[in-house]
Amino acid sequence: MIAILSKEITGFFSSIIAYLVIIVFFAITGVFLWIIPETNIYDSGYATLDQLFEIAPWVFMFLIPAITMRAFAEERKTGTLEIILTKPVTDTQLILGKYFSGIILVILSVLPTIIYYYSVYHLANPVGNMDTGGTWGSYIGLILLGSSYVAIGIFSSAITDNQIISFIFSMLICFFFYILIDLLRGLLLISPIDPILEFLSLDTHYISISRGVLDSRDLLFFISFSAVFIILSRLIIEKRKW
Amino acid sequence: MQPERNIKLTIIAQNLTKIYGTQKAVDHISFRIEKGEVVGFLGPNGAGKSTTMKILACYTLPTEGHAMISGYNIITQNLLVRKHIGYLPEQNPLYNDMYIKEYLLFLSKLHQLGKNANSRVEEMIEMTGLTPEQHKKIGQLSKGYKQRVGLAQALIHNPDVLLLDEPTSGLDPNQIIEIRNLIKTIGKTKTIILSSHILQEVQAMCNRIIIINAGKIVADDTTDNLINSQKQRITVQVEFKNTVSKQQLLSIDGVIKADFNQPKWFIVSEKPDIREKLFEFAVNSGNNILEMTKDNLNLEQIFQQLTVN
Repeated sequence: MIAILSKEITGFFSSIIAYLVIIVFFAITGVFLWIIPETNIYDSGYATLDQLFEIAPWVFMFLIPAITMRAFAEERKTGTLEIILTKPVTDTQLILGKYFSGIILVILSVLPTIIYYYSVYHLANPVGNMDTGGTWGSYIGLILLGSSYVAIGIFSSAITDNQIISFIFSMLICFFFYILIDLLRGLLLISPIDPILEFLSLDTHYISISRGVLDSRDLLFFISFSAVFIILSRLIIEKRKW
Repeated sequence: MQPERNIKLTIIAQNLTKIYGTQKAVDHISFRIEKGEVVGFLGPNGAGKSTTMKILACYTLPTEGHAMISGYNIITQNLLVRKHIGYLPEQNPLYNDMYIKEYLLFLSKLHQLGKNANSRVEEMIEMTGLTPEQHKKIGQLSKGYKQRVGLAQALIHNPDVLLLDEPTSGLDPNQIIEIRNLIKTIGKTKTIILSSHILQEVQAMCNRIIIINAGKIVADDTTDNLINSQKQRITVQVEFKNTVSKQQLLSIDGVIKADFNQPKWFIVSEKPDIREKLFEFAVNSGNNILEMTKDNLNLEQIFQQLTVN
């Protein structure tokens, strides 16, 4: 698994992909946080990074599918999947290798925004007067949310050999679990399935962690969410055998 | 506990069958291959060669039947089988954006070669003749060199068995000869199955031929025996001035087969030479022969003579 993980990471960095993802994430969140009127920190008047954590899931919604769309779609198209899967590597190792490489890229693109944290920390009056716990919680939440997106992306890449289909499909699934499910709740109001929808919503758990309390139930949710998509990917990769 | 390993028989396939939907790609194929044999899978496209290879390489599972490679079961011990085989899929898929060394090192990691990885990669580069190109990206290589990378990929872990699916397809005749020689050298120490739809190809490299058609084995013999059976026959190409019917040609003593391919007839006959009889036939029927040639040299050899230097 480590061999695959390190190959994927090298692949990200030897092409322009990794740099592009890191820069685009940093730039877009920066623009919303510091420049665009109304949403920027000066206008809001509060020393918080809430804007960052509100915009980040949306940026990831197209950046992560762009990272993961190649994962299996390309290997399937070029036929290299046949090489890898006839090496002494299990399907699960291959999928996990690709999954964790995606998470590492997510972490790497979140890291530079610590500069924003540092800036806001020093802009606060008095210095350091901000919700540190909430901010770190939000960072952890964002990475967990990102890892769910990665799992969705890997799954979408496994079902097709067309990268564009994979990209659009994973964006749709991310969109569904992040926002559509909440809109649906609003529409249905108090329906018997409301607790299920609430539980399945990525946003519910993301917000919960953002408060700065790392509830094991939320953590377990994110882990199982990824696990479901990884198991689904495995089923699809294994389909070749039948 | 280690399963009992039959040293002499490297590959045992029994009733291998693969059904895709309603189509039988491979239909109850059985064969045994001894250690050190170089066996050619010969057959037209779509005969089931690649599917058999995919099953043996543990990429896909047989619908029925089973096989043992180096004493390991391809279904229940597939990870062990994969350690003992080197597989070159059809079309030789490669990561074009990786460097040769980077790619081979990655594979040696997958094979858990540990400390030996670096020296093994160097060894492979030298063995497959990649030394002058070793610092290039795979995508920058010519097709012939890419094929060498493919072979290095299959050989990196020093497997007992090599499965090569159409290893020379798409190469020019000079590259074909180079790759053939390379495979011949490797074949001295390993058991090899290679597939092809070209008889000359298999003839040049293998000491045994298994001919597959429509998913079934139609012949399984040593190359010499098969070639000798072919040698008893000759093919003559004739162009007649006036039209001739198939019946007329088949009525000539010794003619086994006659096919018309505008404007020539391809006539297969038993030895001895049929040309004299064809000439007599033309004279007797008041026809003229515009051209008549005996097929000796195969196309590949002619092309090769023209392209060397």
